[in-house]
Amino acid sequence: MSPDHLAPVKTAKQPVRFRAVGFNPRANPLAAWGSFVVLIILWQIGCSTGFISELAMPSPVAVAKSLWQLIVSGDLWVHLAASGQRLAVGWVLGTVAGLAVGFLVGMFSWARSPGVALVSALFPIPKIALLPLFIIWFGIGEPSKFATIGFGVFFPTVINTFGAVDNVARNLIRMGQSFDMSTWSIVRKIILPGALPTILSGFRISSSIAIILLVAAEMIGAQYGIGALILSAGSLYQTDQLIAGVVVLSVFGLAISWLLGRLDKWLLGWR
Amino acid sequence: MRLEISGVCHRYDQVEALRDINLTIEPGEIVALIGPSGCGKSTLLSIIGGLLKPSEGKISASGAVPDGCLNPLTYVFQDFALLPWRTVAGNISLVLEDHKLSKAERAARIDEVLEQTGLADFRNAFPKQLSGGMKQRVGIARALAVRPAVLLMDEPLSALDAQTRILLLDEFSALFARTGMTAVYVTHNLNEAVRLAHRVVALRRRPGTIKEIHTIDVPIDQRREGDPLIVAHETALWELIRDEAIAADKELENVA
Ligand SMILES: Nc1ncnc2c1ncn2[C@@H]1O[C@H](COP(=O)(O)OP(=O)(O)OP(=O)(O)O)[C@@H](O)[C@H]1O
Ligand SMILES: [Mg+2]
Repeated sequence: MSPDHLAPVKTAKQPVRFRAVGFNPRANPLAAWGSFVVLIILWQIGCSTGFISELAMPSPVAVAKSLWQLIVSGDLWVHLAASGQRLAVGWVLGTVAGLAVGFLVGMFSWARSPGVALVSALFPIPKIALLPLFIIWFGIGEPSKFATIGFGVFFPTVINTFGAVDNVARNLIRMGQSFDMSTWSIVRKIILPGALPTILSGFRISSSIAIILLVAAEMIGAQYGIGALILSAGSLYQTDQLIAGVVVLSVFGLAISWLLGRLDKWLLGWR
Repeated sequence: MRLEISGVCHRYDQVEALRDINLTIEPGEIVALIGPSGCGKSTLLSIIGGLLKPSEGKISASGAVPDGCLNPLTYVFQDFALLPWRTVAGNISLVLEDHKLSKAERAARIDEVLEQTGLADFRNAFPKQLSGGMKQRVGIARALAVRPAVLLMDEPLSALDAQTRILLLDEFSALFARTGMTAVYVTHNLNEAVRLAHRVVALRRRPGTIKEIHTIDVPIDQRREGDPLIVAHETALWELIRDEAIAADKELENVA
């Protein structure tokens, strides 16, 4: 190394360049809504100019009209009510059972290995493939659809719940024991609230699974329901009604996600 | 309450953590456990409080407990162990709720310990809003709420910054002097040991055994920072555990 390497370098005073740029995306609700508006406008322009053929994709206006038709005729509410009921009953059944089994697997050695083994084996089966079996067991009507959704929700809920219980800070449980709290108190006041954030985020996944199974089950055998609506529109090539059904489904999903968001805020205000 | 530790040995799978520990903790006595990392201090404290079953030996307790004592052997944790979803008052209430206390009695106890620890203005705050020192004060308040016979403290000041540590050390020393509490106090910090303890038990490692018991016969409330007598005790303790500390420092960790 040359000695002039150590000599003071005389240059003009320069500000230090700021280097920590980027890698910090921020949320912007206006942009979120704006993206929808832009997409719909582009779509409408595409249809009006004939760039998108009416057969391939109905225009937003046509979809809106058909949606309006569904609303004024009252059909929409019939379909929504049928779907909503199936979703609610199926999801609640699957979730309650899944939470119960998840807690057992998370807390007791006797439930651990059998529970994990069974769940791992049964989880990957697409529940919709079992629908015919559920129809034999529970009849063609509503119960077979509840069962499809319920089983679909049950397994991921078990897996998520016992993971949540496993991840409750051990030191808090030890603290509870060191103060001689009863097992029931520890479960209720330490494990349950500690597992709640993970359980609630699992609800988002299980509710999406429930919607997917709902539509699939309704496509296989139902007179009413959004899935049935989409299927019958599709078989008549009424693409505007088909898309209207899809839009309803999407709004349905958004509404559930909003509800879960409220639940989060309400139950997890301490975070 | 008197605690008698007799012939306690403990092993985790391959590691022999403690061997033949015999020690009696007299009522009203503060005993500090010091020793290098991994010598089994936390293990011994867990065994004393019944959170860990020793491989051999036993702990027996005898003598009276304070009036209204709900949990004779009560821990104060290094990481505070507060429930983040409960307020300060709620965290204290938690350990009273399993006992047969009237609502008024429970509220009175909570008010009393909040007052004692200077937390009265923070009763509705959540742990995440508190500084480390305040969190540990909640830990102390929670422990005092059950009127313990013996406090078991595992490095209660280790997670705090140096200034907060000095403040809390003074508060502990005042608390011990005022209440005549019995306590087992685990620490890495020799200064804490000489400020708070009547007897300092130095442990040796691999396996953990008692190396020496060092008595400090200055009343706790008369010990001042920088007092030559206290400094001399601290130096003596350092001489005692220094070789162990050097060995511990050089050792490769074989347990995760
Ligand atoms: N759960 C465990 N399983 C296996 N080994 C353990 C376990 N807990 C502690 N040990 C080992 O037992 C020995 C004593 O551990 P302990 O935590 O009691 O030491 P310590 O004196 O409290 O250490 P520190 O000062 O780091 O807190 C160590 O060698 C540690 O690696
Ligand atoms: Mg320790």
